[in-house]
Amino acid sequence: MPEPNRPDTPLDAQGAALDEAVVTRGEPGRARSLSSDAWHDLRRNPVFVISALLILFLLLIAIWPSSIASRDPLYCQLSRSLEGPAPGHWFGFDTQGCDVYTRVVYGARASIAVGVCATLGVALLGTVVGGLAGFFGGFWDALLSRTTDVFFAVPLVLGAIVFLSMIQLSGIWPVVLVIAALGWPQIARIARGAVITAKQNDYVQAARALGASNSRILLRHILPNAVAPVIVMATIMLGTIIALEATLSFLGVGLRPPTVSWGVDISSASDGMQFRNAPHILLYPAAALSLCVLAFIMMGDAVRDALDPKLR
Amino acid sequence: MRKGTRLTAAVATATAVALLATSCGSDSGGGGGGDSTVRASWGDPQNPLEPANTNEVQGGKVMDMIFRGLKRYNPETAAAEDALAESIETDDQQNFTIKIKQGWTFSDGTEVTADSFVDAWNYGANIENNQINSYFFQFIDGYADVHPEDEGAEPTADTMSGLEVVDEHTFTVRLTEPFSLWPDTLGYAAYSPLPRSFFDDHDAWLEKPVGNGPYMIDSYSRSQSMSLVGYEDYSGDDAAQNDGVELRVYTDNNTAYTDLQAGNLDVIDDIPASQLNNADADLGDRYINQPAGIIQTVSFPLYDDNWSGDDMVKVRQGLSMAINREEITGKIFADTRTPATDFTSPVLEEAGGYEPDLCGDICSYDPERAKEMIDDAGGLPGGSVTLTSNVDTGSHRQWMDAACNSINNALGDTGACTVNPVPTFADFRNQVTSDSMTGMFRSGWQMDYPLIQNFLQPLYYTDASSNDSGYSSEEFDDLVNRANSADDEDEAIDLFKQAQQVLVDDMPVIPLWYQNGTAGHSERVSDVRLNPFSVPVYTDITVS
Amino acid sequence: MGRYVIRRLLQMIPVFIGATFLIFLMVYALGDPVTGLFGDRAPDAATAARLRAEFNLDKPVWQQYLLYMGNIFTGDFGTAFNGRPVTELLAQAIPISFRLMLVAIVFEIVLGIVLGVVTGLRRGKAADTSVLMATLVVIAIPTFVLGTTLQFFLGVKLGWINPAVSPAAPFDELLVPGIILALVSLAYVTRLTRTSIVENARADYVRTAVAKGLPRRRVTTRHLLRNSLIPVVTYLGADIGTLMAGAIVTERIFNIQGVGYQLYEGILRQNSPTVVGFVVVLVLIFLVANLLVDLLYAVLDPRIRYA
Repeated sequence: MPEPNRPDTPLDAQGAALDEAVVTRGEPGRARSLSSDAWHDLRRNPVFVISALLILFLLLIAIWPSSIASRDPLYCQLSRSLEGPAPGHWFGFDTQGCDVYTRVVYGARASIAVGVCATLGVALLGTVVGGLAGFFGGFWDALLSRTTDVFFAVPLVLGAIVFLSMIQLSGIWPVVLVIAALGWPQIARIARGAVITAKQNDYVQAARALGASNSRILLRHILPNAVAPVIVMATIMLGTIIALEATLSFLGVGLRPPTVSWGVDISSASDGMQFRNAPHILLYPAAALSLCVLAFIMMGDAVRDALDPKLR
Repeated sequence: MRKGTRLTAAVATATAVALLATSCGSDSGGGGGGDSTVRASWGDPQNPLEPANTNEVQGGKVMDMIFRGLKRYNPETAAAEDALAESIETDDQQNFTIKIKQGWTFSDGTEVTADSFVDAWNYGANIENNQINSYFFQFIDGYADVHPEDEGAEPTADTMSGLEVVDEHTFTVRLTEPFSLWPDTLGYAAYSPLPRSFFDDHDAWLEKPVGNGPYMIDSYSRSQSMSLVGYEDYSGDDAAQNDGVELRVYTDNNTAYTDLQAGNLDVIDDIPASQLNNADADLGDRYINQPAGIIQTVSFPLYDDNWSGDDMVKVRQGLSMAINREEITGKIFADTRTPATDFTSPVLEEAGGYEPDLCGDICSYDPERAKEMIDDAGGLPGGSVTLTSNVDTGSHRQWMDAACNSINNALGDTGACTVNPVPTFADFRNQVTSDSMTGMFRSGWQMDYPLIQNFLQPLYYTDASSNDSGYSSEEFDDLVNRANSADDEDEAIDLFKQAQQVLVDDMPVIPLWYQNGTAGHSERVSDVRLNPFSVPVYTDITVS
Repeated sequence: MGRYVIRRLLQMIPVFIGATFLIFLMVYALGDPVTGLFGDRAPDAATAARLRAEFNLDKPVWQQYLLYMGNIFTGDFGTAFNGRPVTELLAQAIPISFRLMLVAIVFEIVLGIVLGVVTGLRRGKAADTSVLMATLVVIAIPTFVLGTTLQFFLGVKLGWINPAVSPAAPFDELLVPGIILALVSLAYVTRLTRTSIVENARADYVRTAVAKGLPRRRVTTRHLLRNSLIPVVTYLGADIGTLMAGAIVTERIFNIQGVGYQLYEGILRQNSPTVVGFVVVLVLIFLVANLLVDLLYAVLDPRIRYA
């Protein structure tokens, strides 16, 4: 269905001077929905293709770690503690004498699962609460925003210990849940601000004048224009959440052994100051985490570009 | 790009300038009072600084500096030597006559008399004063009247009937039962004398405690620092060899260690676990690593049917043999722990009851026999075991991982032992004291006084205050009772040693390792060493 | 506008009550703190019971809360377990954390926005890529490692700073800790700014301004930046509280007894007066900061009005 009221016409060359990213223009003459437009753009964006391949690779490792690592990540020989790279052990050994390569590979599953699920949870909850508060304003804004403030005030350590010792669940879900429950206020603030700004645009007023429903205005006109800062926040947050998981584990309430994760390995490497003597035990899990974050930042960037009508 | 570089450069320059400005102003910040003041690391005491309310090392440091009791433990040999005590006499190991030396004064000028002791002990024992260490006075007759056992009960007396002042420098003590080694416990801080001002204006005293020790407090700002100076009229023979000590609170010992390296600190005790591997290289002969009266153990919940069966002794012994103590103390603790071979501590020395080979094979690593013993006894209860500890204090995580890995490797099953971390110490202690453990859990003991009795009775006697595993053995209890009423110390120690043998056979806990005290110091000071409680002997430190 | 501010100030009351009750309940849920006070020794029941009574821990939780709130209005915030009044802890920790937060936030604003503008205007170029790489490092390497490493080099190797901040914690000593504290937030600010710039670079008003022949710098600062700042300002406003309360790692590294440290200690020792006392102050800071941010919206985007 064609958009009756697309506010932004295709761009002239003047604006392009400010932007050097690879931009694929929609073929003129065919009206498409925003999402199919976006998908069309994405497929032709090398940044997106590279990041998608990277994420696919990481997901494969997460699902079948044994395909590229044959050892048991829990088998550790203390006698080889902190030894450097050796044949068959290309990343060396950590403090406990476990094979770093195997642990990096096996750590992908829990880290990516926690990171992606919690980030999605945070982003969804934050966007919904913040978006509604910003869009409706008045009483609803007061109610939702002040609730956000109350959640803001809960110290993470306290919230995590209380929630996680009360929820007697195992696996990644309690961790995902607690991070999502305590992490959304920040996104909500950002989303609210973005929606308040987007609400002022002429095309929103126009859509309203044409009698568009609230939900249509919100979903079709405001959200695509307000989502950029949320994507940026979420992609960085993904990295901090993967690291945060380790903080929870260190408090004794996060993932438990035998679960292996990058976050736990990074923080045990730094906790013991062992990185001064054996940097490899910090370097490899940190590099894996960086790669993962990089992939999502790149993808977020590409998606944002694709969703931005002004770039067409 | 060019613009970006310029901006970055500008910021970098600004930062550098600001840093330089910082460094110029920083020198004046350091330094204590006089030139020969020792700057030492400290942690914020957990409780108000009162002798009977201090049960941890940081408050204990100050107590050791500003108080002297009847006895003092020799910093080198740990022997209990007379400090204020002129004589402590008894015929029956139950009634003691204590004469104190004349001429000792508190740093406010008032004299130390028999009343100073009796009043202090009565204060410490009285339940209305909420003193955490009151139980130290439980052996004194009349304790039950000032400190009833039942919740909510009111004391029926103000003072303990077992304490009587004879004259200004003599008082008598009647215990509830014979306790031959009791005089040797009197070096503990809880038995310190207190000046009148403590009772007259308690709040003011707490702001700036006054004692009779080699140092007096010059200034104290809570949670930040305490400056102590030598007490000029100190009557003991261990007067301060320096002008004073400035104790600085560090919330993390890593920072104290870095401050030592930067030359802003003279003495750090308890080098952080994370720096142990670097300490040798960083400090050379200024790194101190010597035995202390601390033993680390792993306890079993003997109140749990899964662990209390007769077969389970073999499983517990098997687990003990599955832990590679040599490797863990070497790799994880950089040799600041020594594999344990009995239930006491080397600081007692063999004359005091320490027995280097008591545990023998049971405490040596032997993975094959370990697996055999556990398999023969029917395997681990439920097929696996957990190792529980709080993880908010100390660096327990690494050795727990290592111990579990060692057990797993011995049993050939990476799922046999898993670590079960508990977020807070209070939570952990609640679980331990409410007998709700289901697997192995961390336990340990830092001695109150260097006596074999202190390593055994509070931990393994039936229903004793720190008997976390719920161990109960008539044979053990009987030997302890006999030791306490023995006529002389040698006989007592001998009986305690026999009691220890019972522990090896029953293995209610696994002895892991003896913990050393660690410290480091700057080039500015010398003669730094630790006493058996792993506290620096501040009085001996000299400043060059 | 004035009425809006008053209404917002009045809304603080329910938030205040809600937050304190929530926190109080949570600390209560942690369990009984008294056993922990006795160290590795089972507490004797009688002394433990008296300690519980002293801290009102023997009463039902709603009664504890009412007693506590009643005291708060008389200025009594209770005492920590080491006998210090919580007001004393607040008076000591809040100013230090506030200064630390100021250093961090100034650093974020200046460097974050500059880097954001530069990378936004030069997407895909070397500067953009290097900043992205630096961002990854900041995210993947724990603050603890970056902080202790910087502390070691500046404090021990070069001797430029004191590794530990003195109890008075003046601004100059908080410079390095502030930078360390700001790093992760810096990544957010930079990327938020960058995205906004990219978005708005093609907006009509920018094109109009360029068409009018305004110099590039003026277009960037006056038109582009101003309209791009809303998400950044929102983030910074929310970050003020996080920087004050969540600086625990930085505070540990540099021996600062700030809000983060006191909160953490209070939580681990399960001392509700300390935790609630600090959270109360933090809530007030959040609310004021968020109010200021909302007012700033109207300044940055004149189309936004408050009734």
